[in-house]
Amino acid sequence: MNRKQGLDSIEDIRNMMERSSRFISLSGWSGVSAGIFALFGAWFAGKTIKSVEAIEHIVKQLAIIGTLTFVGALLSAFAFTWMRSRKTGVPIWGRAARQLLVSLAVPMFAGGSFILYLLWNRQIALVAPGCLTIYGIALFCGSRQTFEEIRYLAYSEMILGLCSLFYTGYGLYFWAAGFGLLHIIYGVIMWIRHEKPA
Amino acid sequence: MNSFKNSIGKLNKVFDNKSRLGIMSMLMVNSAINFNELKELLQSTDGNLASHIKTLEEKGYISVSKGFIGRKTNTTYSITKAGEKAFREHLDALETMIKQIS
Repeated sequence: MNRKQGLDSIEDIRNMMERSSRFISLSGWSGVSAGIFALFGAWFAGKTIKSVEAIEHIVKQLAIIGTLTFVGALLSAFAFTWMRSRKTGVPIWGRAARQLLVSLAVPMFAGGSFILYLLWNRQIALVAPGCLTIYGIALFCGSRQTFEEIRYLAYSEMILGLCSLFYTGYGLYFWAAGFGLLHIIYGVIMWIRHEKPA
Repeated sequence: MNSFKNSIGKLNKVFDNKSRLGIMSMLMVNSAINFNELKELLQSTDGNLASHIKTLEEKGYISVSKGFIGRKTNTTYSITKAGEKAFREHLDALETMIKQIS
């Protein structure tokens, strides 16, 4: 065995360890597109809050805007990741993807139900801090199964969520920063580190 | 030069094969993986994978446990203590070899 074969061997080992334990098809563009959807969503939500008087209507409209934003962000994120998976030839649906999905879905489902309860009971001030903190926790849970940048995104979301508790009334700005700006920033970082053509 | 030969001697022949090296790498970082997942990750055929698994099992590097998901059999594989040791020694030997040549 010569040096080249030894290095190839190590490359194979690394590849197999990553492929089997991490979801490596996640594209930076997914983060950027989800961030853009979030900024639009926040903008619409801001307009709604200013223009509608009755709180019942606000809650209803916010729920609609929130759902549309979530679905849009998710679909666009999926599209970019799907394209990356096609490009790199790593199947999108495998062991790592399944584990990542479970890690994300469990806290998101529990947290999402919690947020719905807050909306229902008009605890609007806690919605943005709740969304950010819970999303941070979910990302932290999932970060073991994908790129390490996600763990830092998770910390950022949690810190932002907890800080926003102290700034009642600015929830929407924190929400836009957490789901919009942070997604875009981390999306660009991930693209530079993993996808940028050398 | 003598130590160089020694480090090559420590390379494990069982791991010369790409599929076997792949199976061991995956089991190092996952507590248990089933047959279909291994097949998918290695992009290998049933027969080919089965023969490599058999080799590793005979060496005592991996252990097999048969279970059920509903009515379908689900065979999962894990690395054994001996397998982990052998794999680490192989990695060390690779490392030494590369260091000495460069």
